[in-house]
Amino acid sequence: MLVLRKFLRDIPAVLGLAIVSAVVLLAVFGPLIAPYPGDITAAHLARRLQAPSPHFPFGTDDLGRDMLSRVILGAPGALEVALFVVVVALVVGVPLGLIAGYTDGWLAELIMRVTDVFLALPQLVLALALAELMTPSLRSAMLALAITYWPYFTRIAFAETRRLRTALFVDALAGLGASRSRIILAHILPNAASALIVRATIGLGFTILVAATLGFLGMGATPPDPDWGLMIAQSRTYLPGAWWYALFPGLAILIAVLGFNLLGDGLRDIVDPRLRRSR
Amino acid sequence: MSGADLLSVSGLRISIRSDEGVARVLDHVDLTLARGRVLGVVGESGCGKSTLIRAIMGILPAGAHVDAGGIRFEGRDLLRMTETELNRGIRGGRIGFIPQDPYLALNPVFTVGTQLMEIMRRHAARDGKRGSALRAAFRARLVALLRRVHLPDPEGAFGRYPHQFSGGQRQRLLIAAALACAPGLLIADEPTTALDVTTQQQILDLLRALAGELDVAILFVTHDLGVVARLCDDMSVIYAGQTVESGPTRQVLDHPAHPYTRALVACHPARAQGFAGIAGSVPSPLAPSPGCRFAPRCAEAADGCAHRAPHLRPMPQGPERRVDCRLYDPAARP
Amino acid sequence: MIRFVLRRVGLAIPTLLGLLVITFVLIHAVPANPATALAGDDATPAQIAAIRRKFGLDKPVYEQFGIYLGQVARLDFGISAFSGRPVALDIRERLPATLELTTAALMLAILLGVPLGVVGAVSHNRWPDFLLRTLSVGGLAVATFWLAIMLQLLFSMQLGWLPLRGRLGLGLAAPPGPTGLLLVDSLLAGRLAVFWSALRHLILPAVTLSLGGMATIVRFTRAGMLETLQKDFVLYERAAGYGRQRLIWIYVLRNSVVATVTQIGLLFGGLIAGAVVVESIFDWPGIGDYTVQAILTGDYKVILAVTLVIGVIYIAVNILADLALAWIDPRLRSE
Repeated sequence: MLVLRKFLRDIPAVLGLAIVSAVVLLAVFGPLIAPYPGDITAAHLARRLQAPSPHFPFGTDDLGRDMLSRVILGAPGALEVALFVVVVALVVGVPLGLIAGYTDGWLAELIMRVTDVFLALPQLVLALALAELMTPSLRSAMLALAITYWPYFTRIAFAETRRLRTALFVDALAGLGASRSRIILAHILPNAASALIVRATIGLGFTILVAATLGFLGMGATPPDPDWGLMIAQSRTYLPGAWWYALFPGLAILIAVLGFNLLGDGLRDIVDPRLRRSR
Repeated sequence: MSGADLLSVSGLRISIRSDEGVARVLDHVDLTLARGRVLGVVGESGCGKSTLIRAIMGILPAGAHVDAGGIRFEGRDLLRMTETELNRGIRGGRIGFIPQDPYLALNPVFTVGTQLMEIMRRHAARDGKRGSALRAAFRARLVALLRRVHLPDPEGAFGRYPHQFSGGQRQRLLIAAALACAPGLLIADEPTTALDVTTQQQILDLLRALAGELDVAILFVTHDLGVVARLCDDMSVIYAGQTVESGPTRQVLDHPAHPYTRALVACHPARAQGFAGIAGSVPSPLAPSPGCRFAPRCAEAADGCAHRAPHLRPMPQGPERRVDCRLYDPAARP
Repeated sequence: MIRFVLRRVGLAIPTLLGLLVITFVLIHAVPANPATALAGDDATPAQIAAIRRKFGLDKPVYEQFGIYLGQVARLDFGISAFSGRPVALDIRERLPATLELTTAALMLAILLGVPLGVVGAVSHNRWPDFLLRTLSVGGLAVATFWLAIMLQLLFSMQLGWLPLRGRLGLGLAAPPGPTGLLLVDSLLAGRLAVFWSALRHLILPAVTLSLGGMATIVRFTRAGMLETLQKDFVLYERAAGYGRQRLIWIYVLRNSVVATVTQIGLLFGGLIAGAVVVESIFDWPGIGDYTVQAILTGDYKVILAVTLVIGVIYIAVNILADLALAWIDPRLRSE
């Protein structure tokens, strides 16, 4: 409980938690909260490109759809992509890192070499290349992102496993006859979990950003999906007049990612001050 | 306390605020140091020696507060001086500092030469020189100094990094750095603790020699009575932030007055008759005992000890010989 | 020192090979029909067959890899579908623009980020520090493409202070300079009007691109400084009467930048990724813009070639960062 109190004293972390909770709530209850839930698809050309007003706090877009509703309705998509990518990356990356960290043979070498190569390229570029290959769509974007993100978790799992492998308690356990997989799963993994959780939280935010970028470039969601990146791309034709069209989806991205970053930083501070320097 | 004293600390009381509460680290510290003499400040770990040093140099940690007392150096009140005044004139200039751990005290990413020159730049007398002539003069002075502290290859040392020197060599470098600007006072913070025994002796002999040659006073902080016996003219004993006894070393060691000093001397390997420790443990500065802080462990303690206001008073042997104990206080009730 | 450099370069070779393998796998393993992918969407069956022969797609895998390596060695990346020119030529022409942009952004990020990080550390727990921490976390949360558009909106469309897009004003020709970097070439040729126009066009894209990197540098510099300030030698230097400003900006800072320099390699990756987007939005004729056009037209050869080039640059930057680290911290040199 001391941990909880320490977390609560860290204002930015609490703010991050609040934002993330709000985003999750919006994602789950979006259709109930949004004032014009039908505006995913419906078009009301009579009220196109209206500036923000009490009726439409975020204005309307080029098809007359309420921007506030569309921004809210963009949350589920963003969160879904982020969760998919991070979960898949964890599921693939962590076991690989554990194996590479605990064993010493050619397998470990191979895993780490491949990880290094993947990490040698900026994720966006690799994801773009992949998504292009798989014919652009939301599905392929998600897959591409997941495939390019697992190395980050592998590296963390590897480093933690290596660090713990030489710890005394591991020798003791091995001496008592514990099997390798038991040592890894029951003892090393829980210790590595904290670093992984921090990385995963920040990764959720980061994925929202990259996914929005892919959406902007036309590699992800397609109209009429209320994808934040896509909305910004569509808004360009109507600038500078319809400034709200570009501003609000971007703010949504900013706040959502900020929330995850703050939360991740807060988790890192309570979990292990030692980690504060690394990303 | 005569006016000829180089340094005098009187009634110093310092507390440090931290997450755990207020620690009354120093409670009435008195000491005087005359020109050219070597004073040993003796105490166990945690007795407040480092805080005392930092107070003299004006680098107390954040949260530290001087509750009472004063520090006078060369006739000036150090506690009243501003940070700029202290940094410009006193630290590095009039007071040289020799730190405890030579492995950690030097900046690892700059050459030794750069670090020494920085001190010279700040504080050394320029004799009217400028530019490259000044640098050459500084360098010459430093080389001479390095030679005096017996550092091998002084010229070559300038271009090397701290990690390329041994511990003993680094300590010599630090001594040279402390002496670089001809200070009146050297403060040495247990400078031999991190070194092996042979090197310790060498460094101590070096300090003794330098004190004599250069007419610089040394405030030598240590927990080792043997070192004090070898090196120091006078000594002052601190227990849990209180000065309990002081005087010429020979007198204090041969005829210790305060119960704590007596116990310390009795425990010293050179003199101990048997395996004797001091019962009890040092009180935490967060919850100190009132009055005399040694009272809970003192065989001679009386009821009045817990209410004694600290007062270091002279003994019959002479004015420099002082002790703070009810046993020598004519006014105290037995 | 030379040995250190050689060893560091040597360590990069397996990564380079791995990069080649991955790009090879990308061509041959991922799309259902690599030949069609390489030939392009509107290729005729004859063209597809030609591609198949050229890339040896009917041969065993290891032979294909050999062919691929040969092509890479000859810098033969094929012909771009939308520009009609050899990809290698396109890249060579466009690379300086991207380098100019990313270097400007990196310099901006460092020149502003490091001092701000120092200020943050020194004013720890006071309001300048809180402000900086908020801004730096925020800076990492901003979508680069959105920031680009917002800056365009404000500084170009609304205020009219800076040009909207492009690298050079209309009617001005780039000097046929040695480097391909407009700022350098125009100065060398004494064409001040060109220099000024190039500079004005560079500002918005460079500022946009630099923000994320700046935020990271602020964070790491600040963290490094805070850690260093706890160290014993800092206390000693204070006791030795070091001047406060010199102490912080010279003696403490150099110890603190190790973590930051380590990040610069990663940072550069972020810059390249950001450049893709920024170039596209500002019509900046670099390889990022090239990539986006390739994506839009499905020109697969280009994407692969660019991926390879970016990977190589990235590896090179990381080597440079390691060398810089060794220069900063002499203890690393004896490894």
